[in-house]
Amino acid sequence: MSHPETAKRGMHLAEFGMLMAIIGTLVHHEIVTWVWIITGLAIGSVVGLAMGVWVPMTAMPQRTALSHAFGAFAAALVGISEFWKHQGHVPTIIMSALGFEVMLGALTTTGSLLAFAKLQGLVRGTPMTYKGQNIFNMALLAVTAGIFVYLVVVPGSMPLFFTMVGLAFVFGLLLVMPIGSADMPVVMSLLNSYAGLASAATGFVLSNKVLIIAGTLDGFSGFILSILMCRAMNRSMTNVLFGAFGSAAAAAAGGGEQQGSMREVGLEDIATQLAYANKVVFVPGYGLATAQAQHAVRELAEVLEKRGVTVKYGIHPVAGRMPGHMNVLLAEANVPYSSLYELEQINPEFPTTDVAVVIGANDVVNPDARDNPTSPIAGMPILEVDRSKSVVVLKRGQGKGFSGLENPLFFKPVTGMLYGDAKDTLTRLVQAVQHA
Amino acid sequence: MSTETLISALYVFALAAFLGYQVISRVPPLLHTPLMSATNAISGISLVGSIVTAGARYNTVSTILGFIAVVCSTTNVVGGFVITDRMLKMFRRKELVKKD
Repeated sequence: MSHPETAKRGMHLAEFGMLMAIIGTLVHHEIVTWVWIITGLAIGSVVGLAMGVWVPMTAMPQRTALSHAFGAFAAALVGISEFWKHQGHVPTIIMSALGFEVMLGALTTTGSLLAFAKLQGLVRGTPMTYKGQNIFNMALLAVTAGIFVYLVVVPGSMPLFFTMVGLAFVFGLLLVMPIGSADMPVVMSLLNSYAGLASAATGFVLSNKVLIIAGTLDGFSGFILSILMCRAMNRSMTNVLFGAFGSAAAAAAGGGEQQGSMREVGLEDIATQLAYANKVVFVPGYGLATAQAQHAVRELAEVLEKRGVTVKYGIHPVAGRMPGHMNVLLAEANVPYSSLYELEQINPEFPTTDVAVVIGANDVVNPDARDNPTSPIAGMPILEVDRSKSVVVLKRGQGKGFSGLENPLFFKPVTGMLYGDAKDTLTRLVQAVQHA
Repeated sequence: MSTETLISALYVFALAAFLGYQVISRVPPLLHTPLMSATNAISGISLVGSIVTAGARYNTVSTILGFIAVVCSTTNVVGGFVITDRMLKMFRRKELVKKD
């Protein structure tokens, strides 16, 4: 899966392998009734298909979060039923794996559900914090782990087991609660990792190698992704999980002086600028997704390319709400992936760029990360749009980004602000450029 | 589970972890969302465990829990694969895009 061309083939192979594994299990010697299995498979397939076909690409992060919840819940249930089967008298080794399975499964279920709710906008996306939160969470985790160890050493207590499961469910909620929407890419990959590890633990419990392999692969891929995401923000994993970014930190360092004023520019001016530019770079952010403006961007790019303008897209690794979010959106709008550039590739190009168009992105282009060592996002690699000859920022309003940080880019003399719904603005830009 | 099976299971675990690292670190950021939804689908492999639980008729509770687990994980697997396919179809090269 290292290239878009070969990825499809790889996926079909994976699907085939999975099918084989399932068929192989169906003839398992312990199975005596197929009624429930087939009913379950049918219901699940229908729901899954419906979800897969109708979910819009912009809602991809939510869907993935929900799907994590399903997978993890299944793992937790298998664990619980396995425990029930033995009435709590499970051998030590299996109990260890079973405990991991149930705990990871349970906390991933509720954690993913909350992440889903946050992404869907059912719950406020801002971090929720209270005093002593980290201590409380740690204490809860310690209690849960304590019960787990006790159960491994002294097996057989049903009430304790269910207390542990309950606590793990609660812990999942508490874990995601203080994390803001902007950090969702990390959380998503981490939950992915947990869901995989829960599956791997299931494999240990049932001594099923297929489960172990698939689960481990999944667990590690999620883990690596979350490390990559953290690196893209120059923050450690603990910082993301316990930092409650965007509330305390920003209040301390934010609130700073606003230098100069924002310069609002007219649509016509921008259109002329774009039409006579040599090179234009689009920098999309989460705002592109919320405004569903990916098709409008592509239209604008096409119009510009027809006029001989070189158009490129600069994609920050954490732009959007999940890893690779922007790439998928632009791909949906038929933007060829050869025009999408990563951070390291596009940064050296900004000085020769005539116009950089920032669409609904904020923190990933915040020059404070580079220039201001006291900023909470200091050291985070950014797309250095401020190095280009001129910058246009498309933004809904004058408000701050998700992190609540002031962005000095907006006050720079090279920057022009264009307020309004991104899709609407872009569509009008297309027309204006055509007439220019 | 005897000690030998445990050791072989751990062995498999370690190998899979190593393989996972090798494979995943080669995936470009361009494909991170499909990757995630693919691994998400793969994590639905707990379906295999769910099937055994649902079908083995140990007792009613096990069957009910297993049934719910089968529904959940099938949703996970089918949804995950369908959507990954959909996403990968969208990634096209320039020449191909122009043709449409």
